[in-house]
Amino acid sequence: MITLKYILELHNIGMKYQSLNGEIPALENINLSVSEGEFVSIVGPSGCGKSTLLSIISGLLTPTSGSVYVEGERIKGPSKKIGYMLQKDHLFEWRTIMQNVLLGLEIQKRVTPEAKEYAVHLLKTYGLYDFRDKYPSQLSGGMRQRAALIRTLVTNPQILLLDEAFSALDYQTRLAVNDDIYTIIKKENKTAIMVTHDIAESISMADRVIVLTRRPGTIKSCHIIKMNLDKRTPLSSREVPEFQTYFRRIWKELDIHV
Amino acid sequence: MFKFYKSNNNLTNDSKTEQISKERAEFLRHVHRQTIMIKFTQIFILIMVFGLWEILAKLKIIDPFITSQPSRIINTIINLYKEGVLFRHIFITCIETIIGFTLGTILGTLVAIILWWSEFISKVSEPYLVVLNSLPKIALGPVFIVWIGAGPAAIIAMTLAISLIVTILEVLNGFMAIDKDKAKLVRAFGGTKLQVMAKVILPASLPTIINALKVNVGLSWVGVIVGEFLVSKAGLGYLIVYGGQVFKLDLVMTSVLILSVAAALMYQGVVYLEKLLVKRYEV
Repeated sequence: MITLKYILELHNIGMKYQSLNGEIPALENINLSVSEGEFVSIVGPSGCGKSTLLSIISGLLTPTSGSVYVEGERIKGPSKKIGYMLQKDHLFEWRTIMQNVLLGLEIQKRVTPEAKEYAVHLLKTYGLYDFRDKYPSQLSGGMRQRAALIRTLVTNPQILLLDEAFSALDYQTRLAVNDDIYTIIKKENKTAIMVTHDIAESISMADRVIVLTRRPGTIKSCHIIKMNLDKRTPLSSREVPEFQTYFRRIWKELDIHV
Repeated sequence: MFKFYKSNNNLTNDSKTEQISKERAEFLRHVHRQTIMIKFTQIFILIMVFGLWEILAKLKIIDPFITSQPSRIINTIINLYKEGVLFRHIFITCIETIIGFTLGTILGTLVAIILWWSEFISKVSEPYLVVLNSLPKIALGPVFIVWIGAGPAAIIAMTLAISLIVTILEVLNGFMAIDKDKAKLVRAFGGTKLQVMAKVILPASLPTIINALKVNVGLSWVGVIVGEFLVSKAGLGYLIVYGGQVFKLDLVMTSVLILSVAAALMYQGVVYLEKLLVKRYEV
């Protein structure tokens, strides 16, 4: 039943939150398959359970029904195959950039000379090596985000989960960081699933945009994004005519009324 | 600041010197004058108070037998020193205080860790903490003396009684105020609860814990002096009580003065420690 063609598969995911005031159905009947190297983004009205879905994929949250498979293996808790990037960079102020980057390895007790070398390699490749002994407060917002991504990449996950990972940045920085992070993810050949409320951001970065309905979140529609570009980047994607077409279509799907 | 500005102006090679505008020079001069005025007034008040005290006592306008006077305080200090007991009293009180606030901070943090760890224990203990927090801890003094015996241990128990509950509540609040996503990050890497504690909660709470230490310095002085009032054979609190009982106000005033200097120095020490440890946390 489970084919190995997909790196990530969600089967009938359903989630209900319990509280004293009652039961809140957050997600219902989510089925999704993601191929290796694909960039999928999930959009939906606020409170539709987007972030809940990421928490479930990461293994931090157990769904009430259904199951998650990574490379055909059922997820039962946090997995080394999955890297999670949260809204803010959450670099620890009391650690240097190098110490921050090694956090994941430290927790997984995998700080080996090879792993450290890989960390140095990543820092060098993405222009943070000179800042390895600096503290997060000495870095710009974009550099901090890059450091956070490297912290995730060092543990060598196959799948990256980005939970509104750019929402803490101001608009201009955000556009630049989009480009930055996108390039790194593609270069390292990672599969990515990004949750965002920003339609433009999701179109500019993703190969596929998934629209969720209002609570309880179900998959409303799927949009394959194809840009007529030789070398696609989030910034260049925003300039092609297809962009507006996709934008209008997804905006309609979201059906937002104020 | 003034010196810096002046030397800068005197420099002839202007390749390195930044030209200071007239407005800035005026501003710096103003700030400098302000600082000097504040320091001057502070010292002036101190001299005035002691001077007036001395003069009024000399002129018998106030009775030095009841109010003591600065020259008699100096004599008392010299006498205490000659008897060889001055530093013993100061040392004993300081040591009791240091043990008190260190122990209070460490134990308080440990209990806060337990309460953070187990929501059940935390909820169960909540009403007890509320009652203990509102209880005037000095009421427990006699209990400690009977249980622990009249000695330094009872005095330290007194300081703990005063500082412990406040520390627990403050540090626990600090733990709770840490961004939940920081803990989520560690758990997403597969971290255990112990790792969340060690990698996030404790290091992120260092400023809170140091702050608790600062509060505890003050509380420990209260605890130690109260404790020495109740039971003791030595220490500044003992000197104050003894001096009061035999109507030696010189001794009382001397002890109070030494006490205020020691307390201020100890507080400054903790502030210095804070600067050393917490500088990374200021974003």
